[in-house]
Amino acid sequence: MSAATSSPTALKTPGSDSHSGPTLSLTLKIWRQKDTNSPGELKTYEVKGISTHMSFLEMLDVLNEQLVQKNEEPVAFDHDCREGICGMCGVMINGQAHGPDLTTTTCQLHMRKFRDHDTIVIEPWRAKAFPVIKDLVVDRSAFDRIITTGGYVSINVGSAPDGNAVPVPKENADQAFDAATCIGCGACVASCKNASASLFVSAKVSQLALLPQGEPERVRRVQRMVAQMDKEGFGGCTNTNECEAACPVGIKVENIARLNREFLRAKMITR
Amino acid sequence: MTADASTILKSRVPDGPLEQKWDNCKNHMKLVSPTNKRNFDIIVVGTGLAGAAAAASLGEMGFNVKSFCFQDSPRRAHSIAAQGGINAAKNYQNDGDSVYRLFYDTLKGGDYRSREANVYRLAQVSANIIDQCVAQGVPFAREYGGLLDNRTFGGALVSRTFYARGQTGQQLLLGAYSSLMRQVDNGRVKVFPRREMLDLVVVDGVARGIVCRNLVTGKYETYSAHCVLLATGGYGNAYYLATYAKGSNVTAAWRCYKRGAFFANPCYTQIHPTCIPVTGDYQSKLTLMSESLRNDGRVWVPLKQGDRRAPEQIPEAERDYYLERRYPTYANMVARDVASRAAKERCDSGFGVGDSGKAVYLDFSKAIARDGAETIRKKYGNLFDMYAKITAEDPYKSPMRIYPAIHYTMGGLWVDYELQSTIPGLFVLGEANFSDHGANRLGASALMQGLADGYFVAPYTVNNYLGAKKPPIVGTDHPEFLKALEETKARVGKLLAVKGTRSVDSYHRELGGILWDYCGMARNEAGLNAAIGKIQALRTDFWKNVRVMGTPENFNQSLEQAGRVADFLEFGELLALDALTRKESCGGHFREESQTKDNDTLRDDANYSHVSAWQFTGTPDGVQLNTPALHKEPLSFEVEKPTQRSYA
Ligand SMILES: Cc1cc2nc3c(=O)[nH]c(=O)nc-3n(C[C@H](O)[C@H](O)[C@H](O)COP(=O)(O)OP(=O)(O)OC[C@H]3O[C@@H](n4cnc5c(N)ncnc54)[C@H](O)[C@@H]3O)c2cc1C
Ligand code: FES
Repeated sequence: MSAATSSPTALKTPGSDSHSGPTLSLTLKIWRQKDTNSPGELKTYEVKGISTHMSFLEMLDVLNEQLVQKNEEPVAFDHDCREGICGMCGVMINGQAHGPDLTTTTCQLHMRKFRDHDTIVIEPWRAKAFPVIKDLVVDRSAFDRIITTGGYVSINVGSAPDGNAVPVPKENADQAFDAATCIGCGACVASCKNASASLFVSAKVSQLALLPQGEPERVRRVQRMVAQMDKEGFGGCTNTNECEAACPVGIKVENIARLNREFLRAKMITR
Repeated sequence: MTADASTILKSRVPDGPLEQKWDNCKNHMKLVSPTNKRNFDIIVVGTGLAGAAAAASLGEMGFNVKSFCFQDSPRRAHSIAAQGGINAAKNYQNDGDSVYRLFYDTLKGGDYRSREANVYRLAQVSANIIDQCVAQGVPFAREYGGLLDNRTFGGALVSRTFYARGQTGQQLLLGAYSSLMRQVDNGRVKVFPRREMLDLVVVDGVARGIVCRNLVTGKYETYSAHCVLLATGGYGNAYYLATYAKGSNVTAAWRCYKRGAFFANPCYTQIHPTCIPVTGDYQSKLTLMSESLRNDGRVWVPLKQGDRRAPEQIPEAERDYYLERRYPTYANMVARDVASRAAKERCDSGFGVGDSGKAVYLDFSKAIARDGAETIRKKYGNLFDMYAKITAEDPYKSPMRIYPAIHYTMGGLWVDYELQSTIPGLFVLGEANFSDHGANRLGASALMQGLADGYFVAPYTVNNYLGAKKPPIVGTDHPEFLKALEETKARVGKLLAVKGTRSVDSYHRELGGILWDYCGMARNEAGLNAAIGKIQALRTDFWKNVRVMGTPENFNQSLEQAGRVADFLEFGELLALDALTRKESCGGHFREESQTKDNDTLRDDANYSHVSAWQFTGTPDGVQLNTPALHKEPLSFEVEKPTQRSYA
């Protein structure tokens, strides 16, 4: 969703036919797992006649329709908005979180990125803190629990001052906005060899550290959120920056630097 | 053909002049004492703007709140996808805005089919919403001086829309979600994600709880409370192809309808003028291009019918900027229903562009030449990126192609001024209720209404209900709970037992096709009668031939979808029936039999200045016999007398 970061490749000549076009035959290797406690395995499926204008999830819809016709259980995958904003979708596609397209969620990935006869391996996010629920669906409630420990401003309804009472420099507001666009999909965790949630936590800590409204709870917030992150079983950050590369909305690792600063600052203040 | 029930619905609009009604109402409320609040349990279904805001506010007040949603986290509710902005009568731009003007624009935008007092209250509390969101850390767009920026939306001549790039809904929802999680931290709210509400439990005529399916384990769960708030969003997915999130559904509202809540104005659906056109039958949804784009984009089609040249090759003189031509005052910023119908008219007359001829251009070349591509990127970057990803075309270089699509539903469960449905103890908030937008909603006013209901209206009126009624607690072991649970299980069991050959999705697509063709942008008597017959036949076929895979006590998305489609198949008929019964045109409801000589909507105030509220009249196990009963709430306008709406 972030502006300017993605330039869609292979743009067509304007006004030309957008409907017809080549179709693809694909081999899909998909992780099937009955429930959290059962073992899973990759199963192979063939799909044909996939239009290059389809989204990745529409391709999975076609597969599922086929499976229903054959009396087999469809592949479970999470999704809702299908426009890259709710953060519900997300799978590993050939080992990459959300697939090959930069700053693109799984639901916004289109089949024109693939070639005829490609084999595509589709797996769920893998992380200790994100147990598999079924097939490609994982449990990300750890993220909610982290936000619960301080990803908010303590303001009751009715007690807010006028919206323009506190001016916020535009640069700060814009930077806070960039951090606030995190969709909480978990791609950062899935792509990190340590399964660290640092990018996710840093996005919220940064947003609120950059705004005057977040100031009063700055110390407590960062300490509690980091402690909860550790408690949930996410790994530590070793600065490999895979998270930034995988993030579908372009959250920058400079937020992690800010998280570290905020954490140190909190330590000094509370010592 | 429909039973015309004589009951007069009690809107409970307070006495007094329009601008004092809400204060009068608040001043006379019975309040629960601060120490007693913890003894009251409240269920809030839905975590969109309306539900999250209400749950957080009631938690702050000290009540025990249980919050439910079907997604894996409350933060993912459909509100997250709202793009363009939220209205508020702040007059920060000093362009003459006021509470009155926002009220007037919204009432007129709704084509005088909303309840005047509700609309006025909405305008009154709008300013508080912005204050609340800023205080939560919502990063609204700002000017260089550090103050809040505004943009213009359709149907208004002032700049009163607050925004966060093209992601306003995301930022507002994350703000409400953060307040909700704060209350989880404080122990006042408990969240229940991945739960689908499948029934309402009514004990002695009062709403006392819900039946849910735990979507992970497949197990059924019942919850009881002192009252139930429903904020489950709109029903636009009845049309299959819509700008809604895939999971949006009518199920929760439909279950309440079947338990006695009246359904108001189901035929009022909004068709948004600027969406990416349909390209193929595999398509699973349509994507909106925010109305804010009409601030800088100009809508046109070729002057010559069937002109197949690329847009760049069509010289200025051979383009028809039809909105600017027909509506010189509002031009590209006319209300949505007007812009949608105008696009349909041009395409039906053979001027449409693209392969299917079902598209018009939305052209930014003038704005890009004037302000530079960078400025346009800053304002709409994410929307342009999204367009390019979906269509593989570059909107910085050539105009977008757009066409209207189903986007919002003004109809919903009937509520009184206090947002209480016809079932005492059941309150309905946000898009799920019918109250504020009449027959057409203006842009940037759904977010306003959702947050108004959630932060500033329901917390007061629910407090009043609990304070006045002091309903005793009912446990989930009450026979009504057990009965509702058994009925839910039986219904789900029936779906799995059909074991037919056709997929759920294929039924949904077919239903959507019927509704779009006969009950979309233009409707007429013969078509609506045909639609009702087709929907009935499709529903019969569904229960004979649908194939639902898997087992009930398991994570089972086919089953979730099957239940929703089964309800859409019943609801779709009510939608068409309501459209058939309202023989006038108003807002988004265009009856071809009732139009002006310029093909605009022609209202019939003498016969249709009322809310149509439908009552389920079937058997207890949910089979509709004959037709539902129609109740009418007359609409009267004390302050703003209805006139023929004009954007010329
Ligand atoms: C693409 C798009 C852009 C938009 N842009 C704007 C805009 O710029 N400005 C504007 O004012 N409006 C806009 N709107 C409209 C606006 O976003 C919605 O009307 C509004 O967000 C609805 O909020 P809500 O809280 O009523 O419901 P929703 O946000 O739809 O939330 C519904 C909630 O109910 C839950 N739920 C539903 N059914 C069940 C069930 N059976 N069991 C349990 N839980 C259930 C869901 O999990 C969810 O939490 C836009 C809409 C779309 C589609
Ligand atoms: S489905 Fe919402 S981000 Fe992909």
